[in-house]
Amino acid sequence: MPERPDGDIEQAIATQVRAAAAHRQGLYIQGGGSKRALLGRDCEAAVLDVSGHCGITDYQPAELVLSARAGTPLTALQAVLATQGQELPFEPPTFQGRATLGGTLACNLSGPARPWRGSIRDLVLGVRLVDASGECLRFGGKVMKNVAGYDVSRLQAGALGTLGVLTEISVKVLPRAQRTTTLAYELPAAEAIEMMNRRAATAAPLSGACWLDGTLYLRLAGEAGAVAHTARRWGGQALAEADAPWSDLREMRLPFFAGDAPLWRLSVKPSAALAGPAAQLLDWGGAQRWLRGDFDLAQLQGLASAAGGHVTLFRGGDRRGEVRPFPGEVHRRLQQRLKHSFDPQGLFNPGRLYGWL
Amino acid sequence: MPAIDRAALLRDLQRLLPGHCIVADTECQRPYECDALTIYRELPLLVVLPETVQQVQAVLQLCHQRQVPVVARGSGTGLCAGAMPHPEGLLLGLSKLDRVIEIDPLARTARVQPGVSNLAISAAAAGCGLYYGPDPSSQIACSIGGNVAENSGGVHCLKYGLTVHNILSLELLTVAGEQLTIGSQGLDTPGYDLLALLTGSEGLLGIVVEVTVRLLPVPQAAQVVMAGFPTVAAAGDAVGAVIAAGIIPAGLEMMDRLAVQAAEDFAGAGYPRDAEALLLCEVDGTSEEVEGDAARVAELFRSLGASSIVTSRDEAQRALLWQGRKSAFPAVGRLAPDYYCMDGTIPRSMVSRVLEEIARLSAHYGLRVANVFHAGDGNLHPLILFDASNPQEVRRAEQFGAAILSLSVQVGGCITGEHGVGLEKLRQMPEQFSERELALLEEIKCAFDPGLTLNPGKGVPILRRCQEYRALPARHQHA
Repeated sequence: MPERPDGDIEQAIATQVRAAAAHRQGLYIQGGGSKRALLGRDCEAAVLDVSGHCGITDYQPAELVLSARAGTPLTALQAVLATQGQELPFEPPTFQGRATLGGTLACNLSGPARPWRGSIRDLVLGVRLVDASGECLRFGGKVMKNVAGYDVSRLQAGALGTLGVLTEISVKVLPRAQRTTTLAYELPAAEAIEMMNRRAATAAPLSGACWLDGTLYLRLAGEAGAVAHTARRWGGQALAEADAPWSDLREMRLPFFAGDAPLWRLSVKPSAALAGPAAQLLDWGGAQRWLRGDFDLAQLQGLASAAGGHVTLFRGGDRRGEVRPFPGEVHRRLQQRLKHSFDPQGLFNPGRLYGWL
Repeated sequence: MPAIDRAALLRDLQRLLPGHCIVADTECQRPYECDALTIYRELPLLVVLPETVQQVQAVLQLCHQRQVPVVARGSGTGLCAGAMPHPEGLLLGLSKLDRVIEIDPLARTARVQPGVSNLAISAAAAGCGLYYGPDPSSQIACSIGGNVAENSGGVHCLKYGLTVHNILSLELLTVAGEQLTIGSQGLDTPGYDLLALLTGSEGLLGIVVEVTVRLLPVPQAAQVVMAGFPTVAAAGDAVGAVIAAGIIPAGLEMMDRLAVQAAEDFAGAGYPRDAEALLLCEVDGTSEEVEGDAARVAELFRSLGASSIVTSRDEAQRALLWQGRKSAFPAVGRLAPDYYCMDGTIPRSMVSRVLEEIARLSAHYGLRVANVFHAGDGNLHPLILFDASNPQEVRRAEQFGAAILSLSVQVGGCITGEHGVGLEKLRQMPEQFSERELALLEEIKCAFDPGLTLNPGKGVPILRRCQEYRALPARHQHA
């Protein structure tokens, strides 16, 4: 992936939005294009390319805050953060360098560290966005605490770009861990779920817990002494390459993710017993579970509900139908009204989140 | 729309609630006339204190039908007049919904009713080695429902986050009394993140009747390093240096000279009275982690000119060192008849500039100020000393406060970090938001509460943009 030059095209984006509004024409907002086939329903609207809106606008390592234009590739951010010994704590997938900060927030994508270090939803501090009338608005800011007004910044997480065109995002960053160790255990799923949750309930520098094909992996990351001591106490087999399973998991490069079979994500209570098809990949200490195959959305939602959560058809399958369960009439009404308050004409990513939105 | 018939409303409420859940007598309503920001007071038409979710639901349905304003209240410890009653509305006290419903030690969650106090959650979870992270200073009294409404923080939020980072789901009643679950027991829920939107929404979007919080493992060890500095600037640099060294403290607090002296007189924590600024830096985690980090912090403070350094040797000393900070508000309260607590957040690097400017404003308004600062996350609490029985001083205190909030916005911060807008900071909202941004906030309000009866006149200033809003009579556009 070639490095992209910095550029500020916010005004051009606003002009395009105004033109689209005048013609009541929908827009599909696209950054690096890495997630077009993920998470959302198919969207046929004309592409609004924001990848040229790129570059870090502010980075103060001692403030633990980084601000960048929405089209900036995550890899560019990571490279700059690394020079200061810092990182994006939510450990997002970078998808061969194509994933951008804006798309990552819109999709609320976070990696294996999410239960311990937070998601991008947890770490976003402020956004600039172009609204449906082509005006540039700012919510939140560059400080850690801000409770003035409703939390419009965090509302963008998982909204799949349906509330406005994100143009700039400020996130909290954190120092990188001094040391990382990965421990592996051969265990069946039920015991792995128990162990992940038990260990997450003790004071330890845990930062990842996943299970695949009969192996539980626990990642310890933090102050060197604490990591070494915990690793000795917990036993298991220490991997020579501590990062390997986690980056493959985060980037969805594991063989589990290969091929065209529909990919389902269950977001559930971490300690819930394994239910449904046995071939599942567990991440987030049990709170995120992946499944492959031709299943029925309602049937999987039944499983997810019993486990305290929800299912999403993450990739593949029928993306013209709904890819998320129906949230109920009151939820639908509130979400439609919210959408209407941001985007009364329905310009942004029409139908991407729900067919009725 | 006709004025609300108090007698008729009372009769209807008596059909829904037992007599002891209704407070109709003016004298008995007095305790509800304000929250902890006592300079704003108002009596409601009626106070109700329901004991079940079904009763709350019935009350909301009635009020919705009659278009009666409803102001929710937890423990009344809020600091922005967010729970101040509406003169033509109902004050809905949720303090009797105070049951810890369930602790799940394996999933590390607690399901609680909104009136449960913040500290009671940690107490209920202690047997499992778990606790609830956010710890506002009022945690002994403040309710979790109020914490959700204000997105409360505390001294440990740099490392452990605010309320929004520590809750998983809410049971919400809409203004019409419909019940819905927001969030889930998993980490993400499809659709718009209403959990984030509701947290910090100050009772304007719905009524929370149950909260599921995340619990954290109690750290194995914790140590606090206290250091006195000869200048505020040196202390400010030391804060930046700790972060730059890659340490994320569990708490990092700063106090200025007046606050230090008041706290020391009050608590006898061993603070250096001659210091211009004091830092308290707590590190927690495993024993190895804590030992290493505490030593690094002390060394950093020494190299940056600290005039005195004390590292806690044991739990008793750690508690004592915190005692001074935790009693800073009442301690400063002894210096004058009243104090007015501000809540701006600023970029950490701006602290010495902002404190200098606050000192200049203090001289200008002729009012003393003590500064207590969550330095780790840039949240500044200047305590303006004044006498509430002197109307002129009240006015000057308000003007001084407003100037501090403007200053916070000017240096790149915001008008409120954790106390909320409520009634108090409505006038400052246009400094932080453009008219179009405020209009959008108002549209969000309308999406949940088209009749604008939930906590009207708070949180978001009125622009009369919203279609439904224009049709409203003046009584809804309170203050």
